[in-house]
Amino acid sequence: MSFYLTDAEWAAIQLSLQVASLAIAIALPPAILLGYALARWKFPGYTLVNALVHLPIVLPPVVTGYVLLVLFGRQGMLGSFFADVFGIVFAFRWTGAALAAGIMAFPLIIRPVKLSFELSDGQLEEAAHSLGTSRIRTFLLITLPLALSGILSGAVLGFAKAMGEFGATITFVSNIPGETRTLSLALYTEMQSLSGDAGAIRLTVIAIVVSIGALVFSEVISRRLSRKLGGQHD
Amino acid sequence: MIEVDVASRLGDFSLSAKFAVNSGITAIFGKSGAGKSSLIRMIAGLSAPDSGRIALGERVVFDRAASINMPIQQRGVGMVFQDSRLFPHMNVERNLLYSQWAAGRKSAVGLGEIAELLGISHLLKRRPHGLSGGEKQRVAIGRALLSNPQLLVLDEPLASLDASRKAEILPYLLKLKNEFGIPMLYVSHSLGEIEQLADTLVLLDAGNVVAHGPIAQMLSNLELPQLASGPDAGSLLFATLNHYDEQWQITEFGLEGQALQLPGQLGNVGQDARVRIKAKDVALARKAPDEASIRNVLSVVIEGITETSGPYAEVDCRVGEQHLRARLTRHSVHELQLAAGQQVFALIKSVALDQ
Repeated sequence: MSFYLTDAEWAAIQLSLQVASLAIAIALPPAILLGYALARWKFPGYTLVNALVHLPIVLPPVVTGYVLLVLFGRQGMLGSFFADVFGIVFAFRWTGAALAAGIMAFPLIIRPVKLSFELSDGQLEEAAHSLGTSRIRTFLLITLPLALSGILSGAVLGFAKAMGEFGATITFVSNIPGETRTLSLALYTEMQSLSGDAGAIRLTVIAIVVSIGALVFSEVISRRLSRKLGGQHD
Repeated sequence: MIEVDVASRLGDFSLSAKFAVNSGITAIFGKSGAGKSSLIRMIAGLSAPDSGRIALGERVVFDRAASINMPIQQRGVGMVFQDSRLFPHMNVERNLLYSQWAAGRKSAVGLGEIAELLGISHLLKRRPHGLSGGEKQRVAIGRALLSNPQLLVLDEPLASLDASRKAEILPYLLKLKNEFGIPMLYVSHSLGEIEQLADTLVLLDAGNVVAHGPIAQMLSNLELPQLASGPDAGSLLFATLNHYDEQWQITEFGLEGQALQLPGQLGNVGQDARVRIKAKDVALARKAPDEASIRNVLSVVIEGITETSGPYAEVDCRVGEQHLRARLTRHSVHELQLAAGQQVFALIKSVALDQ
């Protein structure tokens, strides 16, 4: 058995990195805003929004993928809107894989983000307002930096999740080599072929390494940041 | 001039406050739950009253009838909170200059001057979490001052500090008052702090302003039991340091043309001082005693005598323009035949110097 990756496997890993990066870029800004709203505000429909955000965890991934296909397919309401107005096509493209991965990773991203916004209770913001900074400036200079550990660990966990997403991706954008065949899909393909055991094992090892690395990294950064701040309310 | 006339209702608690005070240090005093913090949050703009009007100097910052509610960022109110609220991700210098780099405020006094005054120059590169409680509070005071405030609001700034830390901060607050002349609202439930600092006192009880006025007058007003009763009640008098006798190590203060002597060297000649005399430490005599160990004897005029239901009577005496209270037994008042208008001698057993 060879320890070296084939070109197709390299392509799958590269594609996974590309898909996961775009997925985080799409998911992180709304996760920060929504995480802040859920942590700090009480509004009508709070429970519903909170449930919707966490829905991808419990929903069968194939259902998420199918809903995406219906909404973002060529004929779908949103799919045709994005295609006509922005010229962006999701169906059977790597961008679609990123969309699916971003949505599946969203609950993992928002959890630590929301938690870190809950940790500070708005008192430092009051002080910042009294010193003359507007709400938006205060958010950028005080609130956001203090939530940085949560945002980073959410992004890292989300990235790992997005790299390995399978169910929603294969349902929404199929398994097209070089376009939508990410790491998990390549692994699945190798498992289906008679000679694919070695390749499946190589990709499995990579998936495990990426996941453990992400978990450790996210733990380390949040510890280091909270040590640096020495607790916010001492 | 700060003018406040507000009313607000929050659940079971209702607050109604009306007062006007001049600049200097105004203490807002009351028990916890009296509404002190709610009141200053409205003045600072952290919350809005249901109705009323608030003016800081010439500027009307809140007027429900005219739909004026100036946001906190524009009110120019510097806040110092009980828990300092320094930004943990910035060092002390960044914290101090926050208002200038983040909000573009210009301050007439510089960072160096403020840091020097508050004794925090050596802390500039440190992070807040490494500082002691007293240091944090001094940085918080400096940060508020460097935002160029028209009014400084201090919300129980010493409440979370122990006695020695309190003693460490008080002189700095006095320096601020003397050197900057910036108006301050000082919230506290400690009468000791207020006696040392305040010029004016606003007394708050269960959400209402019970009384407000000059500090010495408020402290000797027998109709305000929150201030004027209790074993330590007494008078606050304003004196000037006249002379220090090196041989006997005695400091002499001038009080309305008369002299008070205190042991030890207690400051520099010409300095203003506040002295606190407990009512129970004052005795009255018809004639000036000779050959007595008590050195502090003041000639006073009895203004009025209030007999309590217990064994005591409170005697209000006038020393020049100021008031001195004596707590005697009703029996002594009767035996000495004391009455309003008489000129008597006050024998003072002990004097505490407040500043």
